[in-house]
Amino acid sequence: MTDWQEHLIIGPIVLPMVIAAAMLLFDERRRLLKGGLSLFAMAAILAMALALLHESATGATGGGDTARVYQLGDWPAPFGVVLVADRLSTLMVALTSVLGACSMIFALARWDRAGPRFHALFLLLVMGVNGAFLTGDLFNLFVFFEIMLAASYGLALHGSGEARIRAGLAYIAVNLTASMLFLIGVSLIYGVTGTLNMADLAVRIPQIAEADRGLFHVGAAVLGVAFLTKCAMWPLGFWLTTTYSAASAPAAAVFAILSKVGAYVIIRLSFLLFAPDSGASAGFGQLWILLGGLATIGFGTAGMIAARDLSIAAAYAVIVSSGTVLAAVGIGNADVLGGAVFYLIGSTLACGALFMLAEVLNRGQDPGARSGRAVFEDEYIDPFDDEERNEPGLVIPAAVAALGGAFLISTLMIAGLPPLAGFIGKLAMMDALSGVGGWAGYTVIAALSLASLGALIGLTRLGMAALWARDDDAEPAVVVGAAEGVAIAGLLAACIFLAIFGEGGFAYADHTADWLVRPDAYVRAVLGGGS
Amino acid sequence: MTQIVLALAIGVLTGSGVWLMLRPRTFQVIIGLSLVSYAVNLFIFSMGRPRSAAPPITSKGAEDPALYADPTPQALVLTAIVISFALTALFLVVLLASRGETGSDHVDGQEAPE
Repeated sequence: MTDWQEHLIIGPIVLPMVIAAAMLLFDERRRLLKGGLSLFAMAAILAMALALLHESATGATGGGDTARVYQLGDWPAPFGVVLVADRLSTLMVALTSVLGACSMIFALARWDRAGPRFHALFLLLVMGVNGAFLTGDLFNLFVFFEIMLAASYGLALHGSGEARIRAGLAYIAVNLTASMLFLIGVSLIYGVTGTLNMADLAVRIPQIAEADRGLFHVGAAVLGVAFLTKCAMWPLGFWLTTTYSAASAPAAAVFAILSKVGAYVIIRLSFLLFAPDSGASAGFGQLWILLGGLATIGFGTAGMIAARDLSIAAAYAVIVSSGTVLAAVGIGNADVLGGAVFYLIGSTLACGALFMLAEVLNRGQDPGARSGRAVFEDEYIDPFDDEERNEPGLVIPAAVAALGGAFLISTLMIAGLPPLAGFIGKLAMMDALSGVGGWAGYTVIAALSLASLGALIGLTRLGMAALWARDDDAEPAVVVGAAEGVAIAGLLAACIFLAIFGEGGFAYADHTADWLVRPDAYVRAVLGGGS
Repeated sequence: MTQIVLALAIGVLTGSGVWLMLRPRTFQVIIGLSLVSYAVNLFIFSMGRPRSAAPPITSKGAEDPALYADPTPQALVLTAIVISFALTALFLVVLLASRGETGSDHVDGQEAPE
């Protein structure tokens, strides 16, 4: 193994941090430079993520599974902080980089001018998300979580306007409270077990004294509530729709990955810490996650049918997607989880695309851009008043038809209908669930079917209103900048790619689930002293 | 005795903080969040089983863990303080923006109907 490969894992964290920091030195007016730097950073992160993904897909040099471990400061685990790139985390980092790159391209068309320091905030968000996926330490996870959240507070307010500030106020208050719960949970777990390394925790949990186990469970539950708030489990997710639908389109698109960070941590910790052979704590909280997931699917589906605005429907689609993953975690079966992981990738990409489409189709009616008053008077440029930028770079012929096609693809992905990848994931989950059987299996099958139906009804109705029933006299013409077209096409191409190469993608997801339900290999990789 | 004082301090701070967070004025919410974050910091510290007159750094020749306090929670508290301080400052900016934009310091951006 050459030297650069060994340090590859820290690249997706360090590179955006360095570039974001460097960007603060440049004046806001040097947009070309900033845009170029951001594009370079996102392209480099994408390349690194794909290299890591390739390695976890093909396995270590001797074949078999690999979990690349990077010891920061060369302190051996569990004393030092480690980064771990295993099948699940590299997959999530790759998903982040694809979604992040497309959102960044979308923003370059006009949204990056709507407020100060968009690029730096965006890169810091990507850094926090990548760090949260790659870390193998609970407290380090908190730090990356906070970096991600702090950047997301800024991005949620990007473009300013009353709607965003109101939504942002609630968003920040809820997430600060969740962070406090996170800290309480982490410190309770540390107090009982004396370690914060996830792999070391998995080893120590079966050995917890019976008198302390209750305290440990309290800690794990409090920690769980913090993550479930992040992934918007009902009834902890009421903040999500207001914030995401008020946020500017590129920010909302990249926020689709934020709730997946919560889902990722729930998957990771449930299967690592509460594996079936982990003694008295096995399966802790599983029933609650299952019930919460079902309630979340129901809430999100009802919301999608009731939504009167496409960006609100997209926000509810994010909630449904979280709920589906949670329900699969609650079932705890490897095959169900494999389907859910595959579904998660496709639905996250499709939700991101839907946020962008919603903004393009509702252009001119945007509540944030419409209320002209800005907080930062000197730095705020309404992207729709900016003559130079509103010269469309490329008027796509029959733009509405192209957008209609894009809308169709994202609807099919979110509803999980054939022939696209959403269907493969859902079908795999249902197939495995019918094998699991019992009330839980069949209830989840029913919930998944209803979610598909609800998504189809809600999105079709909104799509007809936005595309077919357009009042061309009253509504502004649809203008798609070249960069925006590229971004939406990129996300949808990734969705179609998932369908065409479904076999390989699904095999990867399935193998990932098998890897997750056997946490001993992960523990060995981390505590065995690295690569 | 110290334990009771510490536990009471955490309890009172959390109780007042949660009560303030549920109040309708943004300023009360931010003070509530600060109080809760103080309580959480004390709580993290207390989970390291604090003892008096025990240094957190070992000295050469006397590496007996029984003589020293656990340094990890102290490091965690330091990080948590920095992060919560920064985010409280950020929240304060949003609060002022909300006050300026909506003309109201209610958390919903408008006064509740009578």
